[in-house]
Amino acid sequence: MDALEIARWQFGITTVYHFMMVPLTIGLGLVVAIIQTLWYRTGKPEYLRMTKFWGKLFLINFIMGVATGIVQEFQFGMAWSEYSRFVGDVFGAPLALEALLAFFVESTFLGLWIFGWKQLKRGVHLACLWIAVIGSVFSAYFIIVANSWMQHPVGVEMVDGRPVMTDAWAVFTNNTALVAVPHTLFGALAVAGAFLLGIAWYHLWRRRHDGIDTVGKDGRIIPGAAPHIPGRDKADYTVWMKSLRIGAVVAMISFAGTAITGDLQGKLMFEQQPMKMAAAEAACHDGTGFSVLSVGNLGAKNCDDIVAVIEVPGILSFLAKGDFTTEVKGVNSLLGEYKEKYGTHLPDNPLYGDRAGQEIQYVPVMEVTYWGFRMMIGFGGIAALAALLALWVTRKGAVPQSKWLMRLAVFGILAPFGANAAGWIFTEMGRQPFVVAPNPDMNGIDQVFMFTAAAVSPGVSAGEIMTSLVVLTAIYAVLLVVEVKLLVKYVRGGVASAMPELAHGGDSTEGHDKDNDTPDKSGDDVLAFAY
Amino acid sequence: MELLPTIWFVAIAVLWTGYLFLEGFDLGVGMLMKLFARNNTDRRVLLNTIGPVWDGNEVWLLTAAGATFAAFPLWYASLFSALYLPLLAVLVALIFRAVAFEYRGKVDSERWRNRWDWAIAVGSFVAAFGIGAALALTTTGLPLNANGDREGGPMSWFSGYALLGGFGVVAFALVHALAFLALKTDGEVRHRARRWFVRLVPAAVLPMFGWMVAVQFLSGKPWTWALVAAAVVAVVLAWALARAGSEGRAFGALGAFIVCATASIFGAAFPVVIPSTIDPAFNLTISTASSSDYTLGLMSIVAAVGLPLVIAYQAWTYWVFRRRVSAAHIPEAHGFLPAIAAKVLVSKDGAPTNPVQPGK
Repeated sequence: MDALEIARWQFGITTVYHFMMVPLTIGLGLVVAIIQTLWYRTGKPEYLRMTKFWGKLFLINFIMGVATGIVQEFQFGMAWSEYSRFVGDVFGAPLALEALLAFFVESTFLGLWIFGWKQLKRGVHLACLWIAVIGSVFSAYFIIVANSWMQHPVGVEMVDGRPVMTDAWAVFTNNTALVAVPHTLFGALAVAGAFLLGIAWYHLWRRRHDGIDTVGKDGRIIPGAAPHIPGRDKADYTVWMKSLRIGAVVAMISFAGTAITGDLQGKLMFEQQPMKMAAAEAACHDGTGFSVLSVGNLGAKNCDDIVAVIEVPGILSFLAKGDFTTEVKGVNSLLGEYKEKYGTHLPDNPLYGDRAGQEIQYVPVMEVTYWGFRMMIGFGGIAALAALLALWVTRKGAVPQSKWLMRLAVFGILAPFGANAAGWIFTEMGRQPFVVAPNPDMNGIDQVFMFTAAAVSPGVSAGEIMTSLVVLTAIYAVLLVVEVKLLVKYVRGGVASAMPELAHGGDSTEGHDKDNDTPDKSGDDVLAFAY
Repeated sequence: MELLPTIWFVAIAVLWTGYLFLEGFDLGVGMLMKLFARNNTDRRVLLNTIGPVWDGNEVWLLTAAGATFAAFPLWYASLFSALYLPLLAVLVALIFRAVAFEYRGKVDSERWRNRWDWAIAVGSFVAAFGIGAALALTTTGLPLNANGDREGGPMSWFSGYALLGGFGVVAFALVHALAFLALKTDGEVRHRARRWFVRLVPAAVLPMFGWMVAVQFLSGKPWTWALVAAAVVAVVLAWALARAGSEGRAFGALGAFIVCATASIFGAAFPVVIPSTIDPAFNLTISTASSSDYTLGLMSIVAAVGLPLVIAYQAWTYWVFRRRVSAAHIPEAHGFLPAIAAKVLVSKDGAPTNPVQPGK
C-alpha cells in the first residue's frame, strides 16, 4: 500500500471510531439535560436518579470522544497537508470556530456540571449542562459545515489555483449542511434512544428475574423492593420504566427525523453528486426503479455484471425527484459526463506521486455505497420498529421474562451505531475519487474540486503513516475494550453505582432537598464530586 | 506590512501563551502525580485541583491548531506534516492522559489506579515535551523545500532546539504546577509544593531561557531582547515571592514569565512562521502562509467577540472552584455493590431468601 491508501484507511478508521463516541455524547447529553430539567421542575426523586445514572455513563463515553477528537484535527495537517493547503482558506474557518465557539463551551461547562453538584445553585448547575449540550450541537454544526463544503463547495472563488472564501454566509448556510446537521443530530438521538431502551429493559428484566417485581393477574406490574440491594427499591422500578419509555419515544422520533431529513438530503445529493447516488443504487443504466436486491460483481468497473434481482419501479425517481417517472441517470451515462468534464487521467503533476497520469476511477466502490446506503436505512428502521414494539409490549409496565428478548434489546443498542457508521462511510466513500467534490451544475464555481489522490502529504513517508495507523488502531482497540467494560460495570451497578448515598442507607432524593438549593458555604463540601 | 496576517500572528501567539499558561500547570500536575505525590490521597488532591478545568485548558491547544489552520493554512500544513512522528506521540499522550483522568477512579483497585497514574504522568510529560519541541522548531527552523514539505526523512526535523523547547516546556510545567499546587491546596501538600518550587525554579527555567536566547540570536529585535530581561525579572520575583510565602503572587509572577517568554520568542520569529533550514528563500512567512483578508477579517470579528467570552467564563470556573483542596476534603473511595450481583431471590413477602453478600 502506498501513503495515500494508508492515510485513507487511517482517516476512515479514526473517524468511524470517533463517530461512535460522538453521537452518544450528543444524544445522551440532550436526554440527560431534559431529565435533569424534569427533576428541576418536579423534584421527583426518580429524575435525580436518572440524571445521575445516565450522566455517569454519558461521562464515561464523553471523554473518549474528547480524546479521539484531537486526532481528527491534527491529521488534516499531518497526513493531508496538500489538502490543508488547498482548502485552508475556507475549510479552516469552521474548524477554528468549532474550537473557539463550541469546544471551549462544551469542556468548560461540562467541568462545571461534573464538579458543580452542590457547589452551584441548582438552576445554575442545570444551565451549565444545557450550555455544554448546546455547545456540542454547535460543534456538530461547524464540523458538518466543513464536511459539507467538501461535498458541495460554495461561497468561494478560485485565486491562483486555490479556492478563496468570498461569501461566508454561503459557506455557513450551505444547503448540504442545513440538511446534514439535523440528519446527524437525529442520528445521534437514535443512538441515545436505543441506549436507554436497551439498558432500561435489562434492569427491568433483571428485577423480574430476581423476583423483585411481580406481575398481577391483570398483567400489570407490581413493583417490589429488595432492601438489601443498594438502590433496588420501588423508585428504582420507576427509574427504569421511565428510562425505557423515554428511550423508545426518542428512538421513534429520531427515526422519523432521520427519514425526513435523509429524504431531503438524498434529493440534494442526486443533484450535487449524481454519481454517489447512482452508486448507492448500483444503478448502471438510467431508470426509475429502486433496487431492493442487486447481485453480481458490484466492484466491476464496467457495470455489466450487475443485475437488479428485485426492483421497485418508480421509487428511485421518487427518492431523487419526488415523482415516479423521471429517469435517473445511471452510472454509465454519468461516467461519460465526468470524463468529459474532469478528464480521463490524473494530471502529470508531482503532487500525484506515482499516480500521476493514471486513469481516473469515477465510480465509487459500489459494494460499499450500495450496502452502506441500505445498512444505514435498515439499521435505523429496525431500531425504530423495535422501539415501537417495546412500547407496546411494556404497556402494562412489565417487560417479558424472555432472556432472548432482553438480549435482543441490549444488542439492539448497536443498531443505530451501525446506521450512523454506514451513513458516513457511504457519503464519504461515495464522494470518491474526489476529496472536494465538484458541483455538476455550472453556477460559476464549478471548477472547485480536488482529487483525493492529490491531497496526501507529499513529504510524509508511507512508513510514518503506517506507524500511526498501527499505533492508533491498537490504542483505539484497547480503549474500546476498557470503555465498554466500564460501561458494563456501571450499568450492572445500577443507580447506586452513580449515587453511593443509596448504598449508605440515606436517600437524599426525596423531593427538593433544601440543602441543594443553596451552595454550601461551610467549606466541608469543597469536593461534592471528586476524581 | 499586512495588518490582518499580523493580527493573526499575534492572536496565535496569544493562544499558545494561553495554552502554556493554563495547560502548563495541569501538564505539570500530571507529571507530579508520579514525582511529587506520596500516596493515593496526595494523588487525588493533585487531580482534584485540575479536575474541573483541565479539559477546558486543553481546548486552547485545539484552538491554537485550528486558528493556525484557518489563518495560516500553509504554516499548519508544513508544521504538522513535517513533525509527523513527534505529533503522533503528542496525540497518543493526550489520548491516554484524558482517558486516565476520567477512568482512574472508576475501579477501586490499586493496580488499576497505578496504571492510569502512569498514563497521566507519562502522557503529561510526552505532551509537554512534544508541544515544546514543535514550538521551538517552528521558531528556529525545519528542513522545508520550496513546496513547504519536509526533506530528509521522518527524523530530519530533529535539532538541539527541539530538546531545548521540549525540556523548556516540561521543566516550566513542573514548577508552574508546584506554584499552582501551593496556591490551590492546603496542608502538607501546599507547604511541600512551595518548598519544592523555591528550590527548583532557578534551574527549571534554564532550558526555556536557552530557547528564548537562541531565537534572539537567530532573529531577535531590541524589544524582544527586552522581554527576555523582563522574563528574568519575573522569575526572580516568583522565586522571592514564593520564599516569602506569597503563593498567589508567586504564581502570577511565573505566569508573567511565560507571557514574556512566548512574546519574546514569537516576537523575534516574526514575520517568519517557519524558517527553512534548506534555503531562506523557502521560509514561510505571515504573508506567504496566510489566508485571504476576507477569511482573516471574518475570523477577526468572531475572535474579537469569542475570545473575551471564553476568558470570562473560564475565569468564572476558576472562581467557582477557588477553594483550596486538601487531604481532608477527599471523600473516601467507594466501591459499590452491583445491583446485579450473583443470585438474588426474594420471596413473595419481599424478604430475601438469599441475601447478597457485601461485595468487594
